[in-house]
Amino acid sequence: MTTQLQELGYIVSAVLFIIGLKLMSAQSTARRGNAISAVGMLLAVVVTLMQRGLEFHWIAVGLVAGSLLGTVMAMRVKMTAMPEMVALFNGFGGLASLFVAWAEYDFRPGMTAATAAPTILAILVGGVTFTGSFVAFAKLAEWMPGKPLLFRGQLPLNIVLLLVSLVAATLFSMAPESSVLWLWAAIALGLLLGVLLVIPIGGADMPVVISLLNSYSGIAACAAGFIISNTVLIVSGALVGASGIILTQIMCKAMNRSLSNVLFGGVGAGVGGTGTDLQGEPRPISTGDAYYVLESASSILIVPGYGMAVAQAQHVVKELAEILENNGAEVRFAIHAVAGRMPGHMNVLLAEADVPYEQLAETNDVNPLMPSVDVVLVIGANDVVNPAAREDKSSPLYGMPIINVDQARTVIVMKRSMKAGFAGVDNPLFVAPNARMLFGDAKQTLQALVGEFKSASA
Amino acid sequence: MLLIFVFILSIFLGFELINKVPSQLHTPLMSGSNAISGITIVGALVAAGHTENSVFATALGVFAIVLATINVVGGYVVTDRMLRMFQSKKKQP
Repeated sequence: MTTQLQELGYIVSAVLFIIGLKLMSAQSTARRGNAISAVGMLLAVVVTLMQRGLEFHWIAVGLVAGSLLGTVMAMRVKMTAMPEMVALFNGFGGLASLFVAWAEYDFRPGMTAATAAPTILAILVGGVTFTGSFVAFAKLAEWMPGKPLLFRGQLPLNIVLLLVSLVAATLFSMAPESSVLWLWAAIALGLLLGVLLVIPIGGADMPVVISLLNSYSGIAACAAGFIISNTVLIVSGALVGASGIILTQIMCKAMNRSLSNVLFGGVGAGVGGTGTDLQGEPRPISTGDAYYVLESASSILIVPGYGMAVAQAQHVVKELAEILENNGAEVRFAIHAVAGRMPGHMNVLLAEADVPYEQLAETNDVNPLMPSVDVVLVIGANDVVNPAAREDKSSPLYGMPIINVDQARTVIVMKRSMKAGFAGVDNPLFVAPNARMLFGDAKQTLQALVGEFKSASA
Repeated sequence: MLLIFVFILSIFLGFELINKVPSQLHTPLMSGSNAISGITIVGALVAAGHTENSVFATALGVFAIVLATINVVGGYVVTDRMLRMFQSKKKQP
């Protein structure tokens, strides 16, 4: 079916994906890399359309509708809503692979086992990707509670469903022609498993889940490639699958937890130990007093978290940081690898606000210098600065590398209320002797602080 | 067999390519590779365009095209938006 010329086109397209991904791993070339990868995709589409005997009518409708919807969604989404957007796009990709596999089964008489196995795999993985991403989307967009949803027998149920899926897949592959029932069963099982696998995962673990689902969508595309014996699908699906797995590993390492602990641990559901009870009372501080503390500080560290994203406070954070620098203080931002809801979430928001790259630092860079920091400003971060992760063996967070803000001279914690973080774990930092709580919406509080500085200099 | 060989090599290539990405590029990398996973659009085009297909298979194919195109176009546009922010920041030291 495919001509030599088409094969050649697919090879070029795969090379463009590889070069694109390579360039995307460095700041200065990343944008070019993304463009090159997009050209590769365009080439793959054009080459496919060259195939003889295609009816363009419906293809055009689909391409135009999809392009319009995709562009509008991508242009309108706020940077703070990026995690849910990525989850949604990812889910669409998974569902597309499921549909492709289903359509292939429908119009391909005399399917062999060699084609049936990837067909059922694309259907299962595509289904899991679709509903899993959708649940992740709903949790991130706060359409449903971010807390883990657990019920008795959840893990055994998932294992049984997984085994049934494998049985269905095997039976289908052995006799694809007469096994349409197994195909339907696989569709239902995949969709169900996606929901069940993601509902027990808490909001704070979302960076891991999103990376993993990203990997699944690659695997589904790869399986679809095996059905139609198309190398470009196999190569690019495998690349995405591998990159998703790597990001998943990096995220797990940043939390010092195993993947199975993230997937099945249900951290934050309030079951099991939530750590030792807090000793002491939180000490609130007023905006006015916080101004005096910041005004006299010469070294300041800002630790942003999901709260900054929710309040959309990144621009006013940048404004405050500039004022503090002009006031003579050294200002840095400490970014924990799993702060926020997707890998690199905080970096995107601070880049949007034009915070200079040189001011950003990672956990390992700032921790040794912590005792010499005058004031740490924690903006809507919680679990990543929880000292219980270092000290309290009964805490579910125990062992996770954190930003040791409690070792600074003064810590000002901006927070909406005394509620526990997304992991649902109490934070002894809030009652530490050197910590002050600045309650309220992060954006409003920061604006008030900026106002204090401005009226003082006027 | 040859396809499996290609598959295995691609996995290794993927690991090598992505392994040393700085953490600040994690989000664009994820959404960029997410766009690549929309390559399933190639399968969708074939499924929707074959004239001898049943109405059902064509419908599945068209839905697949719409979904995969959203994934591809949206993914690339959103990634470019993010990377543009990273760049504009570099130009004004």
